[in-house]
Amino acid sequence: MTSEKTESKKDLPWLMRTYSGHSSAKASNELYRTNLAKGQTGLSVAFDLPTQTGYDADHPLARGEVGKVGVPIGHIADMETLFDQIPLGKMNTSMTINATAAWLLSLYIAAAERQGVNQSQLQGTTQNDIIKEYLSRGTYIFPPEPSLRLTTDVISYTVNQIPKWNPTNICSYHLQEAGATPVQELAYALSTAITVLDAIRDSGQIAADAFSQVVGRTSFFVNAGIRFVEECCKMRAFTDLWEQLTRERYGVEDPRLRRFRYGVQVNSLGLTESQPENNVQRIVLEMLGVTLSKRARARAIQLPAWNEALGLPRPWDQQWALRMQQVLAIETDLLEYGDILDGSPIIDAKVRDLIGGAEAEMRRVQEEGGMVQAIETGYVKRQLVTSHTARMRAIETGALKIIGINSFTETAESPLTSGTDSGIMKIDPAAEREQIARLQAFRAARSQVEVKTALKNLKEAAVSGENIMPASIRCAHAGVTTGEWSGVLRDIFGEYRAPTGIDISTLNMAGSNTVDRLREHTRKTGEELGRPLKILVGKPGLDGHSNGAEQIAVKARDVGFEVVYEGIRLTPEQIVKAAEEEGVHLIGLSVLSGSHLELVEDAMGRLEGVGLAQIPVIVGGIVPPEDEANLKSLGVAAVYTPKDGDMNLIMLDLVNIIRASNGLERYEA
Amino acid sequence: MLTSSTFPDPDALALAVIDRQRPAVAKALNLLDDQRPEARRRATRLLRLLPQQKLYASGHLIGLTGPPGAGKSSITAALITLWRERGLRVAVLAVDPSSPISGGALLGDRLRMLSGQIDNEVFIRSLACRGEFGGLSAEVWPMSLVMLTAFDVVLVETVGVGQKEIDVSKLTDTTVFVAQPASGDSIQFLKAGIMEVPHLLVVNKADLGLAARKTLAELRATLKPAVDESSWQVTALAASAARGTGITELADGIEAHRRWLLNQNQLNARRRQFQAEWVLKRLDDEFGRFGINALGGADAIKRELERSESSPFEQFELLCQRFLEGWGGKRKRQTQP
Repeated sequence: MTSEKTESKKDLPWLMRTYSGHSSAKASNELYRTNLAKGQTGLSVAFDLPTQTGYDADHPLARGEVGKVGVPIGHIADMETLFDQIPLGKMNTSMTINATAAWLLSLYIAAAERQGVNQSQLQGTTQNDIIKEYLSRGTYIFPPEPSLRLTTDVISYTVNQIPKWNPTNICSYHLQEAGATPVQELAYALSTAITVLDAIRDSGQIAADAFSQVVGRTSFFVNAGIRFVEECCKMRAFTDLWEQLTRERYGVEDPRLRRFRYGVQVNSLGLTESQPENNVQRIVLEMLGVTLSKRARARAIQLPAWNEALGLPRPWDQQWALRMQQVLAIETDLLEYGDILDGSPIIDAKVRDLIGGAEAEMRRVQEEGGMVQAIETGYVKRQLVTSHTARMRAIETGALKIIGINSFTETAESPLTSGTDSGIMKIDPAAEREQIARLQAFRAARSQVEVKTALKNLKEAAVSGENIMPASIRCAHAGVTTGEWSGVLRDIFGEYRAPTGIDISTLNMAGSNTVDRLREHTRKTGEELGRPLKILVGKPGLDGHSNGAEQIAVKARDVGFEVVYEGIRLTPEQIVKAAEEEGVHLIGLSVLSGSHLELVEDAMGRLEGVGLAQIPVIVGGIVPPEDEANLKSLGVAAVYTPKDGDMNLIMLDLVNIIRASNGLERYEA
Repeated sequence: MLTSSTFPDPDALALAVIDRQRPAVAKALNLLDDQRPEARRRATRLLRLLPQQKLYASGHLIGLTGPPGAGKSSITAALITLWRERGLRVAVLAVDPSSPISGGALLGDRLRMLSGQIDNEVFIRSLACRGEFGGLSAEVWPMSLVMLTAFDVVLVETVGVGQKEIDVSKLTDTTVFVAQPASGDSIQFLKAGIMEVPHLLVVNKADLGLAARKTLAELRATLKPAVDESSWQVTALAASAARGTGITELADGIEAHRRWLLNQNQLNARRRQFQAEWVLKRLDDEFGRFGINALGGADAIKRELERSESSPFEQFELLCQRFLEGWGGKRKRQTQP
């Protein structure tokens, strides 16, 4: 029975999850149960944008977004449906939720109680890291100070009441998506951890002798890119830095509480739309970065699907991603050995290098006054935009090679995307309507008196500064909706708009023929039209992934456009008003949440309504070919997707679109 | 394709601007920005048709400046909310620097200035400074005139980092300087004598506590008492855009300065003086000191301009004509205004 012996020596594999949720609580529940049957060992809930940003499905800003990037959870009945026939006492559930983390956790606790499960038995994770939302991802609601208070409330509550819960997952993941280098990822994630832990220590909600437990419950959510050797070193650097920080800054004596515990979603930034099958090997290699080194191995992994750059993955695509993990953990010999990298001088040198860089950048953040100040002054965001812009410029010049994008671009037609569904999941457009109908029926059926009392209670807790969780759990049981809970806190805390960070300096690329020619075209066209070319770049809807829009804005400025950058979370009405007041020559809309058809149609209709139909509109985002055709039939001048990697070509296109719409001849490429 | 139909009819446009129609204001601003000769002719006509009373005797033209990061946009947002509560219609002209390398610019911070609600009585236009006219673009003055015709309050927001950028005070009735607490900048401004320019100083981020109080005390210590009863007493106050404190006091201070200007009969005089300076600056850009001397010198031109009832473009055109005729038409003008 040698095989059994080997088996018994093997390390236990990490938790295997798939980040999923769509359309409705019922549809997502079916998907979860199927995934668990296929060998998934935990759940990772994706919420839709209205739920993440605290709006009910029938709010105007939610239009087109309901059930798109995740499941809509509007109230306790939705949460109960989501976990129907899934015993919450035994499940390990990760929830990617931040601004409304306290609320979704309250709904989860209330749903568990209705299953007869006491909250103390619950296991799982709330992401609950608001800091990175200001830098990337963009689903923040409140200003940093009250946001941090909500974060610490969740942590204090769970440490006291739900001992096995990971109350916060400090995220370097989204920083890498926003362009962070490994050093920046290390520095900003650890600076965030310091900010959160200091805030809890100073809140007085935790007894001094229990503080080590808080440190021990703090976990991380990291990213793994394609440079997997460096990524592996990054994880070792994280482990060492955390060990040192928890010992020196927080005096944690128990080594188990100083372990760097983390989950992973591998890189989405590097996944390509062209030759999308190549994403499979990218994802597998990226997984190596977070599994090779035993002492810095991930506790939980979720992998994106190969077609994430095309649209939403189907159940089969998610199954493929799960099978990648299973092959690595079960078929290979990876889990049979100790740490295979220990003692390598090359690895050690690289780790030392990363640690040195990270420590210097952490000092820089401290000089800014800490992570919150460094965000408010725009320092961190500017660093990230600079890194991301450097990456885009490297792709542009060919210094950074990406297969299928700027090298080896020739390809046979892919059978993967040729099916009737073009290889992606389509959300039933009826999902939003049905969700609104369920919400309105739920509102009508609940006890209005109980809702009123619970909301009053919540308001008092928010104002007085007492822990927000007990009042929120009461709201959950009373039938309060996601929009109502957030509305009360919006009134008290106010809403926030984070710095965009795009005010970085222009790169002097004079001497680059392409850029010189572009600047000349932009200037000349401006003269022909009487004034400098002016464009508006904005993101309609709730989607906060602003990197694409920011890169376009910076690049356009660099080639001589005057750019009004409007940032995230705009209604089509706001965009049209801005376009009119600013007198722009072109409007660029960026949508990555899959709501492009609804939002663009709305904006175009309004432009026509104010007599500005002649202003050309372009759209950027994750847009399947079929939708591209639909957008063009609405009158959209051009659609750009992740496969359009050459920023200079896009810029030339913008000039030409403006020229064409003003009766001027186009420039040759 | 570039027929005259591309350009709006200035007579109809002027009437619509006077009627406070938002789309017309937007079109008029586009026209004033347009450098083509036909657009210039129409813009000149448009400005001539705007009522003198609006341009020189009513409304309030406010300049708001300060170092980057002082929170000018948040202060603007708080002021807009308050002015709207007082029933005033508000226009904002937000001026941002252009890149000297590409000529491009990232403009405005509209969203920080607006609440989520759509309000058609608030109008925001961003403008790149395009490397001319100190820190301001030459279009600021004519654009302000169109905005004054259609709105009650016009606020020009600029980044003030040095003597040059404080030029906004040469174009506005009331200048407000927003200081950043605990930054050396404010002290630098004191040393540079820039603090003599603004009518009101406001230390933002009063919620920072000690740092803000310290900066306010430093600023107050440098304020000179008014020379006599009829002169304006510069004041310094603290505000927090984030907490909404001190905004009412700031708005009241701004309003007090406007009333002071009216009582002193200075509003009309100042605006005519701004216009004269604007025309002079443009002449200087075009012909240099030589041209200005050939036209009789800056003082004489200014005196003449301040008496004139013509629009700024007309005044400029007339002086250009006069210069070129005096020069026998030998030298052709290189550029259009």
